Amino acid sequence: MSKFQFPESIKSRPVYGTLEPRPGKSHLMIADAEGAEALLDLAAQDADLMAKAHIIFIPKGTAYSDKLQALNPAQYYEGPSYEASVQRLRHVLANAHQGTQVYLAGTEGLMGQAQNEAMQAGIPHTAIQTEHRGSVARRMQCVHCKGITEDVMHDPFQCAHCGLHLFVRDHYSRRLAAYQGVRVDAEDHGNIPEPVELYK
Amino acid sequence: MTIQFNNETFRDDYSFHNSDWAIKRFPFPFHEDSYMYSVNMEQHRGGPEGSVYEKRFDVDEHYVSEMRDRAMVLADDPLRCQSLPHMTLAGWDLLELIMVSKSEDYPDLFELHRDGNTWRWINKPLGIDDTFTFLDETTLPYGPMEYITRQAQGDFCVLDQRDEMLWMDAGMVTTQADWSLDFDIGMNFFEWHAPVPLAHEMGIFKRALKFLLNIQQGAPARRLNWTMTVNPLLDTSPENYHKWGIQKTTLTPENIGSKQHLRVELQTFFRLPRSNALVFPIRCYLISFQDLVTMPKWGRRLHRVVRDLPDELATYKGFIDNRPMMLDYLSQFDDGLPTSPGVFPDQDTEPALQK
Repeated sequence: MSKFQFPESIKSRPVYGTLEPRPGKSHLMIADAEGAEALLDLAAQDADLMAKAHIIFIPKGTAYSDKLQALNPAQYYEGPSYEASVQRLRHVLANAHQGTQVYLAGTEGLMGQAQNEAMQAGIPHTAIQTEHRGSVARRMQCVHCKGITEDVMHDPFQCAHCGLHLFVRDHYSRRLAAYQGVRVDAEDHGNIPEPVELYK
Repeated sequence: MTIQFNNETFRDDYSFHNSDWAIKRFPFPFHEDSYMYSVNMEQHRGGPEGSVYEKRFDVDEHYVSEMRDRAMVLADDPLRCQSLPHMTLAGWDLLELIMVSKSEDYPDLFELHRDGNTWRWINKPLGIDDTFTFLDETTLPYGPMEYITRQAQGDFCVLDQRDEMLWMDAGMVTTQADWSLDFDIGMNFFEWHAPVPLAHEMGIFKRALKFLLNIQQGAPARRLNWTMTVNPLLDTSPENYHKWGIQKTTLTPENIGSKQHLRVELQTFFRLPRSNALVFPIRCYLISFQDLVTMPKWGRRLHRVVRDLPDELATYKGFIDNRPMMLDYLSQFDDGLPTSPGVFPDQDTEPALQK
């Protein structure tokens, strides 16, 4: 099962729901990896949705492509990475009509970034749904060098840019679509705790 | 009085110092011998003559040096000053508020001459004499918020108000107690306060928000907040925490009196007229323990507050590891005598230290 119940946390931490079919002129669906399962569940609730759906899917090595294409969405695109998909996503959002529904599913990093694009394009937050599936990895911003490290699974972790060892905060910026990482040994240089897998 | 401006630093050699005048008017934040969170708001309509509460925007002996430190922080990291596109009008509101207040409250230091939208601003301590067109950004060297907050002590958060909520949509933040404007910009009131322990559960933020949403033009409010800082470092930002965090470990029983500082924020809240935004200046005052305990009442009280503070708060405020050493030092200045109510030092009536 790809669903994970996040423990209750501080108020800046995002909370995700369960996708549900909503009436709309068009349906933009963006998912990565196990997020595909949420789209499959969504289609199972309302198969008619797909005739007006545009799916942007980033498989990340998973094998959901055939199942998603079998839903016969009006448009289907598979991207090798989120970064590779983002130009298409912006184009679709820029041309979206009023009444467009946005469905985001998969990892927090994918949902956060895509939500940011949708908000910037003027999609009201009430037309955006999210459902977490799959990896609990986090997209982290190093507060010191501002570099983003994707898919962080351990706390502490090493910043991919400046190399500092950072602890994983729950403080989250929607604008950056990232959690904050702060030097773990700032008050005792070199004393870096053994990394622990998130939520273990 | 004419203020003698110090030539001092808040980094490297830390030559920052408080005169006797600055010590006596220090905004000591504890009105009783213990501390717990509270909304603790009061009207910001003056205060005792000479106190930091008297003027709308207090100017003191640290002004020129603080502005020099701010310019250095901004040169290193321009993201400390940001304003989302819809906040420019609020920036003009803030510029007007500060210019009008300072020129009225300190006519010997600041002058504002207005002829329609043509304004001439003279800032004598910083040697500035600029003429510009109000509401025309092209006539200033920076955006209006950045221009005026490069000339005003303390951090400034400019909060947009919509959907019965406050949003951190602009700010100048270079003297902060360990929070990042660059990270928090765009967050709502509950989100940017998310990391604060205990206070959410106590309902503090709900009550504070309700109060702040209702602040009216011409009726500003204020409160105090506090933390601890080793060395008189203004820029205790998360951005630079990897550099300054280690300074906390340099305290020794010999140097704690001069190195350990109580850091107090005078937070004020003003409604802005055109934008309906709320400006939230956070003015930082620093005092070394050795200067603070020259006021017998403050020495007694600070010892009791630090001793009895819940561990969560000492952790959040970042001094749990140094607390034992702080208590060893401060206990020398607590003879167990009762203290008078209120924050003022009451030098004339409080007894000298009895040990």
